[in-house]
Amino acid sequence: MLITVIKRDLKCVSHNLSSSVQPIGFFIIITSLFPLAVTPDPKVLQGIAPGIIWISALLATLLALDTLFKEDFVDGTIDQMFIVANSLYVVAFARIISHWLISGLPLILMCLIIAFMLQIPEHSLDALIVSLLLGTPTLSLVGSIGAALTVGLRYSGVLLALITLPLYIPVMIFGASCISADLIGLQWSGQAYLLAAMLVLSITLAPFATAAALRININ
Amino acid sequence: MQKRNSRAWFHRFGSSSYFYRIASRWGPRTGWGALVLMVTGIFMGLFVAPPDYQMGDSYRIIYIHVPTAWMSLSVYVLMALAAAIGLIWKMKVSFHVSRACAPIGAAFTFCALITGSLWGKPTWGTYWIWDARLTSELVLLFLYMGYMALDKAIPDRNTASQATAVLSLVGLVNIPIIHYSVEWWNTLHQGSTVIRMDGPSIDAQMLVPLLITTVAMNLYFVSVLFSRVRCELLNLERRTQWVREVING
Repeated sequence: MLITVIKRDLKCVSHNLSSSVQPIGFFIIITSLFPLAVTPDPKVLQGIAPGIIWISALLATLLALDTLFKEDFVDGTIDQMFIVANSLYVVAFARIISHWLISGLPLILMCLIIAFMLQIPEHSLDALIVSLLLGTPTLSLVGSIGAALTVGLRYSGVLLALITLPLYIPVMIFGASCISADLIGLQWSGQAYLLAAMLVLSITLAPFATAAALRININ
Repeated sequence: MQKRNSRAWFHRFGSSSYFYRIASRWGPRTGWGALVLMVTGIFMGLFVAPPDYQMGDSYRIIYIHVPTAWMSLSVYVLMALAAAIGLIWKMKVSFHVSRACAPIGAAFTFCALITGSLWGKPTWGTYWIWDARLTSELVLLFLYMGYMALDKAIPDRNTASQATAVLSLVGLVNIPIIHYSVEWWNTLHQGSTVIRMDGPSIDAQMLVPLLITTVAMNLYFVSVLFSRVRCELLNLERRTQWVREVING
């Protein structure tokens, strides 16, 4: 069931590619706004690059969250899945995985290019990749709760940001400090372990909360 | 039979009319208690307690700052607990309590932030600094605001109370994580001087007014909470028999 739902989601994405790449385009634009607004000076840029990447990643994830359940909720697909699987947990979990595959994974790949534009040296790329690999799934997991809570509302974009962004703060702090630590030559394994811990915690708890929120809205 | 009786006191709180009666009896009493204690505590804090050897008189703002900061967190915990009770035992009154907590808790958080920033000017030399406790208090305010925004956005009351209940539980899990992540991120705030393993390090003459104002804040909270829940109950159940009896005396 899990695999079936993921496959279906990915198929839907391939039919409607342009709307799924929008968050990635948004990510690229946001990151390139910072040098324009702050300074193109490589030294300064390198110092704030971890923050730029992580804030942009939060916003891009948030943008993709709005449509996570909405269309399928409106046309009744989620109801049907609920009837077939008799559990919203599977539906929620599959959705979260496909959300990460669609928004998180391309974002990490895109970061390899963005990193050079923001003057992040090559030896810091591993810290960047590890922090995003451990952090972005947590963003999808925690964000799915907010998406499920607001699924019944017609205009939920700003509300979704309002309730989700505060919950993203710990991930952002450790994700950005993971890269910053490596930039100034410090160990970053501590931050990476904390990100991993948050990922494990959110994998165990978030899908239940998402499923509960979906059930509330279906009733 | 025995078992059912032992839990009866708990289930009685699920009845709107019972809760309304309790709330209208205890709301005014706690309100008056809060007023008396608050005046006493503030008076003792401003005129009886000695000035601090380092901060002089400016420390006296703790008699507002510290109780509101404590309340801001404990109100959130109460809000989440009431939400959990509502979700587990399907008690509607519990949801009303949870939803009534949010604006009061947000107000406490706001007061703690304002008084903290006013206190920061003479002691740290600046109104705002990105210190760990200030930051987590600010995030707490964001959590309250998100809760209230969600509550207002969902038109159906039943759905709204369940959705906000889930959100408050998610927030409850997140609060310690947020707290420790900003703690490790940056800290400047003075350590706790009241709750410590080896007893409070604050002088008794300063501590007593603080405890009095803390109790006053708690009573004030209970009083406001009760009147908010009463309004909510009267509004939602305006077509029922017991409300008509209340209105007609």
